[in-house]
Amino acid sequence: MRELTLDDIEALSVGAWVLGTGGGGSPYLALLNMRRLYAEGKRVSLMPPEDLGDDDDVAVVSNMGAPLVGQERLTDSRNIARAVTLMEEYLGRRFRAIMSVEIGGNNGLQSLLAAAELDRPVVDADAMGRAYPEAQMTSFAVGDLRPWPLSMVDPRGIEGIVAKVPSWKWMERLSRKMCVELGSIAATCKAPRSGAEVKKWGIPHTTTQAIRLGQAVRAAQRAHSDPVLAVLADQNGKKLFAGKVSDVQRRATEGFLRGVAKFEGSDEDRGARFELAFQNEWAVGWRDGVPVVMTPDLICVLDTISGEAIGTETIRYGQRVSIIALPAPAVFLSPRGLDFVGPRAFGYDMDFRSVFP
Amino acid sequence: MRRIGIDVGGTNTDAVLLDGDQILATVKTPTTEDVLSGVRLALNAVTETAGARDVAAVMIGTTHFVNAVVQRRDLSRTGALRIGLPAARSLPPFCDWPADLAELVRGPVHMVEGGNDYDGRPIMPLDEIAIGVAARHMRAEGIEAVAISSIFSPLDPAMEVRAGDIMRDVLPGASITLSHQLGRIGLLERENVALLNASLSGLARITVRAMLDALKAAGIAAPLFITQNDGTVVRAEQAERFPVLSFASGPTNSMRGAAFLTGLSDALVVDVGGTSSDIGALRNGFPREANAVIAVGGVRTLFRMPDLLSIALGGGSIVARDNPAIGPRSVGFHLPRQALVFGGDVLTMTDIAVAGGRLSLGDAARVAHLPRRLIDDVFALAERSLEQAVDRVKTDAGEVPLIAVGGGAFIVPGHMQGVSEILRPENAAVANAVGAAIAQVSGEADQVFQGITRAEAMSEAERIARDRAVAAGAAPSTVTLVDLEDLPVAYLPGGALRVRARVVGDIMGSGLQDSG
Repeated sequence: MRELTLDDIEALSVGAWVLGTGGGGSPYLALLNMRRLYAEGKRVSLMPPEDLGDDDDVAVVSNMGAPLVGQERLTDSRNIARAVTLMEEYLGRRFRAIMSVEIGGNNGLQSLLAAAELDRPVVDADAMGRAYPEAQMTSFAVGDLRPWPLSMVDPRGIEGIVAKVPSWKWMERLSRKMCVELGSIAATCKAPRSGAEVKKWGIPHTTTQAIRLGQAVRAAQRAHSDPVLAVLADQNGKKLFAGKVSDVQRRATEGFLRGVAKFEGSDEDRGARFELAFQNEWAVGWRDGVPVVMTPDLICVLDTISGEAIGTETIRYGQRVSIIALPAPAVFLSPRGLDFVGPRAFGYDMDFRSVFP
Repeated sequence: MRRIGIDVGGTNTDAVLLDGDQILATVKTPTTEDVLSGVRLALNAVTETAGARDVAAVMIGTTHFVNAVVQRRDLSRTGALRIGLPAARSLPPFCDWPADLAELVRGPVHMVEGGNDYDGRPIMPLDEIAIGVAARHMRAEGIEAVAISSIFSPLDPAMEVRAGDIMRDVLPGASITLSHQLGRIGLLERENVALLNASLSGLARITVRAMLDALKAAGIAAPLFITQNDGTVVRAEQAERFPVLSFASGPTNSMRGAAFLTGLSDALVVDVGGTSSDIGALRNGFPREANAVIAVGGVRTLFRMPDLLSIALGGGSIVARDNPAIGPRSVGFHLPRQALVFGGDVLTMTDIAVAGGRLSLGDAARVAHLPRRLIDDVFALAERSLEQAVDRVKTDAGEVPLIAVGGGAFIVPGHMQGVSEILRPENAAVANAVGAAIAQVSGEADQVFQGITRAEAMSEAERIARDRAVAAGAAPSTVTLVDLEDLPVAYLPGGALRVRARVVGDIMGSGLQDSG
């Protein structure tokens, strides 16, 4: 177990945004909360999943809802902490540690907010290794772990529990409806996990991965060296394309932001074209009409100059970007894993082929 | 009818007198410390050449207010009232400001219950009693500037308006900024814009009054307009309430002037000054707008600003001889003393241009010793960085025309990759003042619509924008739509759609087309 420095957390917010693979919302507001909490003297320790006892109870947190609403309601560390204590009251047990359900985007820091408020360690693991749009797109769902109960709170003091559902899909449907009624943003504590479950089905060391990724970007920025190369070197990633955004089409359907971004190549990719389809996050990429990259491989679009991630909500004409792929967590590469997060889960009738041999 | 356009830049104050499309007079004078004596000089110089009669309008663009933020001076201590508790409590107003600026500006900070959800429902009822308490606290603290923000106020401004009324009853003399009047969705960024605006209210009042006095002293009875970030103008009395809307008027005016002087409405513009070059894109004759967070003096803001790329390349950029490099440092307004051609001892881009025969200025003999190789290398460096910058600003791969304006336009080479032609209009050195003189009035709407069709939402947004333009002084028959875009909103049910519309029209009675 080690205590995180504020510098680690600044790096984490950069890295979590990259691992958001286009979605998950910017971690900026969570970072502001962490700066305040650290200024108040609060500290967060990072706990390797291996250190969990099999019977330890672990809280799994996430902030649910529309990023746009989050930009108005902001993020308050006390809400996510309250979701955790509400679950403790419901269960009658105390959580040993707290983890994020997704490391990508704003949710990558939610576990830290709760941990700082409640003085518990954060488990160095998550259940996505990135960001995904739906609650059943997790390693816990792939492991067929129990999807209930769930606690949900809003800042007004409205508190709810989803006590029992037959499947992760049902949990997504019910919790999404509740979330919309609360103003399309809510803090949640998902189905609690045992230490044994986290060790077997959690995606390990993703907080450390995000911190290292962010440190690589920040170091390259300071040294005025190439931040994209730094990310690739640190994460065993693969560069797919460099160019400029030439067109973006978005539409909101069934509560998701779907669309396509098109790119024109520059430098060694001059003359080539690239297309990325997204459902909140980047899902599938085509080079000159041929599919070359797809979920669950992580597709990240980085600003070529700064190395910072560019999201599907903010990408726009003319931006100079590098498209890279990072390896998917092993749990998603099994046939069952691909059922949950492979291209078909997003409506693309194609077999998964990884860019990594 | 005649119009005077004045642009107060960091180095020069430029002025032009326009009669219809004809430029009758142009003047360039050094910007003075107090800004206003420069304006007075410029006004007198134009009116001396062409007379003060028949002037229908005077338009002034100034960087005075943004400089005050950047330089941390002349700012008023500002009270903050945020409506939205119990949401957002942990991130109070000023929470992401640079410490030195917050120290200067932060007055009493109050957060009260209220605010709205995205669908218009109140988060909590507005706590009017708490607002009264906040107002009395601010009065006791001697606060004269207040910013009021409320969650989702761009969708429903009623709570901000009500809070403003309560505040005004207790603080009748205070300048009160409501965040929905300026900003977009994004509470912190919109609140920051409102706080910056309120903090500039004292300076804005003094500056605009002094400008009006300067007009009177020059014998000009015409109304005064102040140019805005989007290339349009508003009446001085209204501009005085919204100084933040003039933050980027310098480069914006240059781009509008470039469009006018060349007759092009879709082109790239590079405005080369003493320290930097600003590159932007004209779309329908107006600067393309940024839809992103822009830091002003270290404060994150999201409001109407042009989409500009600045690179450290200007006429005063300092050139390193061995291992040739340009900038980023510049001699700035010390150019007339420090450049080699003026007898100084600093090698600048101006010296390179004189030595290379692109410019005749100062004493060319003083740069005759510079090796040809160095001159060629430096020109090539400048060309490459301009080419890269132009490519980043372009929105597609096709070749587009580039208009070069500003005092340092001589740096721009004869041809560049990705550029179909480079235009250097006559009077390019005062393009900014021309841009001010020709400015029109605008209106904007940016809202989330629900439960109506896309077409209905688009036309409703346009109607709101038109009403706002007319309220700002546009002749109704001249109002035209320049920008209309929709953005679907993720995770919101009911096909919620965010629509932005922007219209422009000629100033009522300006004589440009319609006298209203």
